[in-house]
Amino acid sequence: MMKPERPVGLIGYGAYVPRYRIAAREIARIWTDGQGGVPVDAKSVPGPDEDTITLSIEAARNALARAGVAIEQVSAVWVGSESHPYSVKPSGTIVAEALGATPWVSAADFEFACKAGSEALTAAMALVGSGMANYAMAIGADTAQSRPSDALEYTASAGAGALLIGPAAEAVATIDATVSYVSDTPDFFRRADRPYPVHGNRFTGEPAYFHQIQSAAQRLMSDMGKTAKDFTYAIFHQPNAKFPQAVAKRLGFSDSQIAPGLLSPQIGNTYSGAAMVGLCATLDVAQPGETIFITTYGSGAGSDAYALTVTEQILERRNRAPLTEAYLKRQVFIDYAVYAKWIGKLVMG
Amino acid sequence: MEIARHWRQRAARYRLQGQRHRETGEVRFPAQPPAIGEDPTAWEAVDLSGRGELYSFSVLRQGPDGYEGLVPYPVGMVRLEEGPLVAAQLTDCAEADLAIGQPVEMVTRQLLDTGEDNVLVYGYKFRPVLV
Repeated sequence: MMKPERPVGLIGYGAYVPRYRIAAREIARIWTDGQGGVPVDAKSVPGPDEDTITLSIEAARNALARAGVAIEQVSAVWVGSESHPYSVKPSGTIVAEALGATPWVSAADFEFACKAGSEALTAAMALVGSGMANYAMAIGADTAQSRPSDALEYTASAGAGALLIGPAAEAVATIDATVSYVSDTPDFFRRADRPYPVHGNRFTGEPAYFHQIQSAAQRLMSDMGKTAKDFTYAIFHQPNAKFPQAVAKRLGFSDSQIAPGLLSPQIGNTYSGAAMVGLCATLDVAQPGETIFITTYGSGAGSDAYALTVTEQILERRNRAPLTEAYLKRQVFIDYAVYAKWIGKLVMG
Repeated sequence: MEIARHWRQRAARYRLQGQRHRETGEVRFPAQPPAIGEDPTAWEAVDLSGRGELYSFSVLRQGPDGYEGLVPYPVGMVRLEEGPLVAAQLTDCAEADLAIGQPVEMVTRQLLDTGEDNVLVYGYKFRPVLV
């Protein structure tokens, strides 16, 4: 396992989920005549003026509001996503400018399918843990793309989670240790210049999601001398409703441990945002002294696992920004035609 | 030219950066250059809170170039808590959700996509307060 020399933690955290939803049944109405099961109840849809950059800005503002840290003290703004609006031109500089963090700040974009945000988190732990900086912002955000009628279309959604990393003494939750497990696994990919990602057939599922998550999670628990029962809550990457529940069970976690952070049935797979928004929702209800186990997953493939301990400071800071629930509750459902228009799927001739 | 015009306004558009008078405390938005003969350091840059109330609103049913796909969409005038009155698009809401005097908050959103070989323009909009 990896631990920084200087203990670190989350000084602030913030979630963002767009206001719009499309029901999975509405997608099924178009493509399967409503027949068959659907992997989630609904997914979040970005509004016509939203993208990964705007999602990141709001999540990061929520994290800063909770932290109460002056923006001039933040030394890095790192955005993990697979849907950066530009192929060349960093999201990080625009987000940093909107937060008022520029110009004396490191800004960068991270890419690792659905775990791009946790790559930024581990890097932020290192930046603060080495003493190079006091505060670093790690963001996971996506407005995920999917081919019409593809299985992915039922789940590929939009959301963002932002975590401000700083010294453990000031944290709402300390990050006690982490591991990272990666392997070259062709389970899901999108070639440059192609609009939609595709699944690598038999590599999906068992050798990908389950193998990477279980490897990272088991190693971290074993290195820490702990088991699933030693943690109050757990969050896993959530590409659908079923996978995170199945991997939790295999690892010995109960339904009640994952309940606060299991959002995919309501909002789909927010990709780089998924585990991080789940963490935000869990921090919204966690009490001082409770512990959180989180394992991310990115296709390609790999997982990062983290163990956190909630501190007294959560009580004062939690309500300085909207709770994740506020974003989950404000849902406005749209039909497939409006969805197709907003996502740019209509050919205007 | 167009890229430079958008870029120049980024602090105001992305985070509502205005100006505060160092002596009187008066706040203005958008920022202005010093008046002729005025001490050039009299006004300092300040990021506004983004909180305010809806002073008036209307709905655009015929949008300008680049906004055809958004119509109908609400626009409003917002009285910021620091004093200035700002005109902006309203987002995450429909006409039925709006009332004069209601509290609103600033969000940074895409303002305009200027084309595949051009920039995305971001800036402030307002929405009914979330909580």
